[in-house]
This record gives sequence, C-alpha cells and structure tokens, in this order.
Amino acid sequence: MSAYGLLIDYEWCTGCHTCEVACQIEHALPTDQWGIKIMNVGPWEYAPKKWQYAYLPVPTDQCDLCKNRVEKSHTPTCVKHCQAKCLKYGKVEKLAEELAKKPKQTLFSL
Amino acid sequence: MEETMEETMEANAEANTEEKKEKVDKKHYTLINHKKPFRYDEDGLHVTRSCGWSAPGCHLGCGLLMYTNDEGRLVKVEGDPENPFNEGRVCCRCLALPEVVYHPDRILYPMKRNKEDRGKDKWEKITWDEAYSLVAEKFNYYKDTFGPETIAYYAGTGRDIGQYLTRLCWGSGSPTFVFQMSGQACYSPRVAGCFANTGAFWLGDYSQQYPDRYNNPNWQVPECIVIWGNNPIISNSDGLYGHWVVDCMKLGSELVVIDPRLTWLAAKAQHFLQIRPGTDAALALGMIDVIVKEDLYDQEFVSCWCYGFEELASRAAEYPLSKVSEITWIPANEIAEAARFIAKSSNAILQWGVAIDQTKETVPTAQALLAIFEITGNIDKPGAMVPPTNILNYAAGWGAEFLSREQDAKRLGQDKYPLLKMGFQECATDEVMNCLESGKPFKLKAAWIQTTNFLACTGVDPKRTLKAHMNYEFIVCVDLFMTPTIMALGDVFLPACTFAERDGLRIGDGMQRAETINKVIEPLGESKSDMEINLEIGKRISPEAWPWKDVEEMYSSIIDETGYSFKEMQEVAPGYPAFEYQMHKKSMLRQDGGVGFETPTGRIELWSHFYNMASLDPLPAFEEPTPGPVATPELLDEYPLVLTTGARNWSMFHSEHRQVPHLRAIHPDAIIEINPATAKKYGLKDGDWCWVENHLGRCKRRVVQTPIVNEQTCSTDHGWWLPEKEGALDEGLYGLWDMCVGNLIEYNCGKSGFGANYKTLLCKIYKVEEGE
Repeated sequence: MSAYGLLIDYEWCTGCHTCEVACQIEHALPTDQWGIKIMNVGPWEYAPKKWQYAYLPVPTDQCDLCKNRVEKSHTPTCVKHCQAKCLKYGKVEKLAEELAKKPKQTLFSL
Repeated sequence: MEETMEETMEANAEANTEEKKEKVDKKHYTLINHKKPFRYDEDGLHVTRSCGWSAPGCHLGCGLLMYTNDEGRLVKVEGDPENPFNEGRVCCRCLALPEVVYHPDRILYPMKRNKEDRGKDKWEKITWDEAYSLVAEKFNYYKDTFGPETIAYYAGTGRDIGQYLTRLCWGSGSPTFVFQMSGQACYSPRVAGCFANTGAFWLGDYSQQYPDRYNNPNWQVPECIVIWGNNPIISNSDGLYGHWVVDCMKLGSELVVIDPRLTWLAAKAQHFLQIRPGTDAALALGMIDVIVKEDLYDQEFVSCWCYGFEELASRAAEYPLSKVSEITWIPANEIAEAARFIAKSSNAILQWGVAIDQTKETVPTAQALLAIFEITGNIDKPGAMVPPTNILNYAAGWGAEFLSREQDAKRLGQDKYPLLKMGFQECATDEVMNCLESGKPFKLKAAWIQTTNFLACTGVDPKRTLKAHMNYEFIVCVDLFMTPTIMALGDVFLPACTFAERDGLRIGDGMQRAETINKVIEPLGESKSDMEINLEIGKRISPEAWPWKDVEEMYSSIIDETGYSFKEMQEVAPGYPAFEYQMHKKSMLRQDGGVGFETPTGRIELWSHFYNMASLDPLPAFEEPTPGPVATPELLDEYPLVLTTGARNWSMFHSEHRQVPHLRAIHPDAIIEINPATAKKYGLKDGDWCWVENHLGRCKRRVVQTPIVNEQTCSTDHGWWLPEKEGALDEGLYGLWDMCVGNLIEYNCGKSGFGANYKTLLCKIYKVEEGE
C-alpha cells in the first residue's frame, strides 16, 4: 500500500475556513465548490455543561491532495495553512499509527 | 519517488527546527537564520518574504510568502513557515488577497466631486498633481485663516497607517485627531487604564516575544487563560494571533471563558460563565471578593507591589456572590469556582477584548478585571501578563512633538473629561460631534478621512453622524474602494493600494518586532500607498514634519534605532528585541531607575491616584448598563431582549471584505443569533429576515437559531453594507440604512469620556414583510 491521506485531529479544528479557502484559491475553484469542506457537528448540550461542539474538515472528490504541490516537495495547502495545526498529510499506514495514539482523530485515505 | 518525497518532507521539518537557532546582532536584536534571501525564485515564480498588514486590514501582520510571476502579477499568498509569529499559518483573508488586489471595484485614480454633489455618483477623475494641489491649497487656507485645529483627521483601527496619520495631523499643528466611535470605545480605554494604574500596558504571554516561541526555556505554559469579552481565534486583536490560545490548550492551558455566547472556546473551557452583557465589572468585583475572603490572593505580591488593597477589598465586599449572581445572571457557585480556579493557577492570562471598552463605564470595568490578575500576582512573570517589547514608541501616535501645548489645549473634550488631559492625544468623539453641530468652541472646516468607514462601522446613529459631517466644507478620503462614508461625504478620493503594492513597516501593537512589508507588484492604476500619500500631502502642508525625500528614507529614519536601514531590515526581518521577566524588580519599568512601577506610589495602584486626580472614583465599581433590563425595566414590555453587537466573522475585518467573492461566500449575510425557543416565541425560523429594533432605530438581520445564546439574549455582527447595491445617498447608500446596527446605538460615553454601550442594548425582533 502506498496510498496517501489526511489525518484530521478534530478535537482542535476551530472551523476557521482556512483550509477551504486555501484549497479554493490553489485549485481555482468557484465559491460554491470545495476540495475540502468544514462540517459543523453541534453545538448541543447532551448533559449539564457538556457540549458537543466540533468541526470536521472533509476532503471532497475534488481533493487531489495537492498533487502539484506535493511533487514539488510542498505540503498540501490546507495542511500548510491550517490555523489549529490539526491536519497532517502522509502515507496512510504511517498516519494510521498516529491515529491509534490519540482519540478524536479521523483518517481520510484518498 | 514517494520515499524521497517523504524524506524531503521530514528533512524540511528538521530544517525548520534547525533554522530556529537564532543569531543576535550588534543591537541585541535576535534574528532568524533564514534559509533563503528575502526574494528568491521557485518553480518559475518569484517569491518575496513579507508581512501582511493593511490595506486590507487586520490586527496582526503575519509572516507571508508572496508569489509573483514574470508579468508582475500577484499569483498567490502563502504563510511563511520561518516566521515565528504565525509559523506558516494564515487566515482565509490573506489567502484571498489576490481577489482584493485585482478586484474590479477598486478605485484606481484620484477623483473629485463638487460639494453640492455629495451623496451622488458624480465623481470626476483628476491627476495626482491636481489632487495634491487641491488638498494642499484648501488645507493651507483653513489652517492659516481659521487655525490648524479646524482640520480634523479621522482614523479607523489604523494599523500601520495610523502613525502616518497622526503625524499628518499633529505635524500641521492640529490637535483634532478623531476616532469616530462614541467614547473611543475600542482598545484605548483598556490601554489607558493600564497605564494610569500600573504605568505600563499588559499583554498575555504566549511566548510571542521569543523567536523560538514555545521552546524558549524562560517561558512557561499558562495554567489558565481567561477569555473575557472576546473570541480571539476569530478577532485576532491587538497583536494576538488567536490560535496561540489553541496552541497553549494543546500544551495544557485550561480556559475560563466569560461571554454571553457559548463560543467554540467556551465549549472547551474548564469554566464557562454566560454573562449578561455589560455586567463584567460586577462579576470581576464578585470574584475579587471571593479571592480576598478565601485568602487566595498573592500576599507577597500584594504587600510588596500593590497600593490600596484594603480599599479594594472593602469595595469588593459590596459585591457578595448572591448580588453578583443576580446582576450577571451567572449562578453563584460558578462564579466562585472560576474565581478559585484563576487564583489557584500558578500563572494566568487575562485575554480581554473590546467588550470591556464597549461598556459605558469602561474605566472602572477594566480596572476591576485587571485587579484580579494584579492581586493574584499574575504580573510580569512567564505565561501571565507581561509588558510589550517596545522598539519604537510610535504605535500610539507619531509626531506628537510637533503639537504645541497651546494647540493641544484646543483638543476637543478636555474641559468636560479631565482624564483626556492626562497623557491622552485623542479628542473625545462625542464632543467632536457636539462641536460639528454647534460650531463651538470653534467651527470645524475640513476633514481627512483615512482607514475608516465610520458611517457603516464605528460611528453610531449614522443619520446624525452623516448630518453633522455634512457641516465640513471640505472632505478628503483615502481608501481602496468606494464606501458608504465616502459616497456620502467625500469631496476628494485618493486611491490607496494594498500591502502587496507597497513597502512598509510592521511594528505596531502587541509585542513589537522589527518586520518589513515588502512591495511585490507595481500599484494598480494610479493608486499609491497610504504612506506615500501622507508624505506628499505632508510636504505640502507641514514640510518641517516630513523632511524625507521618499518613503524608503522615511522608513529608515523610523527604524534608525535598530541599526538597520529599511533595505537592510528587509533582508533580515523579523528582528526581536531582548525581553525579560520581573522587570519591576530589576528597576526596568520606572523612568527614575527605581524598582516597582511607573505610578505615583511606585506600586500597582488598586486605589488610583490618577483617577482620583481626574475626579473619578479611585476604585472599581459597577454601574447598570442603560438601557437595560434592570436600569430601564419600563422598556422591557416593548423591547424584551438583550442585544449584544459586534460578533466577529472569520472572513471579514470590520466593514471590509464584503465585495471579495471567496470571503463573502463564507458569510454572505448580516445575521442575528437567537435561541431556538426565542425564535419560536417570535414566529421566526432559521434563514428568515427579521428587523432588530429599539427606541432609536432598526436594522435587518438574517435569523440563525442557536443554543449558544440564552433565551433573553441575542447577538449580531457589525460593519455591514452591501457593495452590490446602489451607492447613491438617495438610493440607499449601499444598503446602509437597512443594514447598520449603529441605527440602534447612540452617542453617549462614560463619565471618564471613554466607553459607550455598543454591546449592551435592548431590542425586539420581528419578521421582515415582503417588499420591505
């Protein structure tokens, strides 16, 4: 296996839209198309003072893991610019090892 | 290939650590060991290391890599991983910069319009020579005939432009420097309060003063960060890169969040106190009472370095938890637990925001908040509150030496508000309004409006503001785009360029570092940098204040103290001045070289001599916001909801960015956040347009149902106008009259002359009918 993917630590995603715009600008996407899109899960109160309130960036079919950038030894633009530093790019096997080390993460194989 | 690439990336990661090894230059500035020169080529593009500051605006100045092509076009903007400030990260606004630079609506030529055509789209293109001559001739005429004070200079949140603007104002002998906001209710009240009672300003220590950041051995992770009246991950205000808070949370910092809204940070906080807007002073005094009564204060720090503790304790005793709970709508046990948590933390940051300034009695409010951190000894130590490094003390104003005492005495508002005489350089905006309307004590003749769109943003009661400003005989405006303010009022439009099109300095607010803004493309059309415009006008109206032949010479003169010329600084920036903790013990905070703080007693003044001298209460106190559910219960039948304003949006800076496609798409409409139960009560649902109305006026908002506000409170954003709508005054001024939340706010500042109730209003909400 040599697939690459994105490991997303959604514990820390603040929903800042940086990944969305970085991707749209990099790929010249119009304002209503995304290569990665923030999903909002919450907020709701499931127990007193306990809130479900998370964001999750989801890569779309238009994500090419920034093939052109990666070929030139750059990281994908969403990873590079993520303000919460919660995106990681790499080989799926390696990212899977990191996935096992911490909860509230998700791994996209692309 | 794959392996190679992965290795390269790992090597890059190592190199990133390597390059953090700094070097110290002859002036004791720590520099980054850059891998490349500040301009280099990469994959067929030209890359320039730079720094992003206005225009378009923001509060920060992140390190950037600007990519241009052979045709001299800005292709893209990325974060600079070498820059310790943002470590390669940037927000969506910098990423979308090319859409601002090449926006078809940008004004690219100087224009003029007959005074009788104000409000009409009857602009006429002119040359720069004509523009300079016209402005200089008029300004020199008013200055010589009626006095320099009759020309007012207006700044917004001026960023790096503010300095060149104060110099233009004071350099020509005018004391009329105006921030068009009732009670100057943004930042300066807090800064003023800190200086008054501690002799310094205090910032949260997120390691931003060190080029090696979180790895610096002297720095400690704050155990507690108190987010009070701001949402820093969005607002990024005053030199704070908001996501540093997230970085610290990952390192173990716990949060106390005090906000009417359950923000994302609040949901992750150890303690979230959902406060009634405008009652912050009561909460702070209640917390102080808990901390004092339970002996949780730092006894050594208080006995050595604080003055007036007993008096503060007595005042706080007037705020028992039961009373404070009733005032703030926060359960008593939650207040007590949060107070204990702050006091027991080994180090704590007060991350306070503009909500503290946008309260009418801001002075005693800021005093109460800071007192919590003073009596718990969170001053001048790692991971707590620290004074900003200062390269050049020009951030609050440059060129004050040109203003004579005689001229400064004509600064508006000093008679009514003695505090303004004590080291302040602004006018009391509420008195500028009175002066414009009454012609007393003198008639204001001309205005220079730069970096501000006050009709849509800071200036409340836009109809009154517009009418008053029509009394100026001559108004010059400098901006990137046509705005409602300029369409309504301007006689001359001078087109400014973006920061991609100019050189500049980023020193400004927060921890200062020597940072350059580097020009990467030629200015579009005939636009010029704000600095060049001010230099050229300055040479024509007050040449003694503007001795430089060009902006580069001016910048070199400003940073002379660093030992570098502007060109040399471009190569090495950013430069970090030396920083130390415990400066009050090392005799570094007082001009006389003694230990302690630069105050009359040499201590932090919990009981303020400064306020006492200004005929203000020397101790913090709480006053009910008015109108409000307690101060004006008779209004509750008609206006049952508490409204807070100014919620920040990711993709917009105040009234900017409404015309930038990828940014507007993220937040297309002005919104009001309403609890689902409240929305149901008033027959509203998600996506409905509603009117938000009080006894002064109303504005349109799109409903967002959300449990982040309680049933009594709603929250809206600010700065709205619609560039896509008709601009002429009689056609709606870009939708301003319908969209401006300032319609609901009045000019009414605090007793000190500072602060106004922007964030504590009453309102009702009802559906917009078809055709409205």
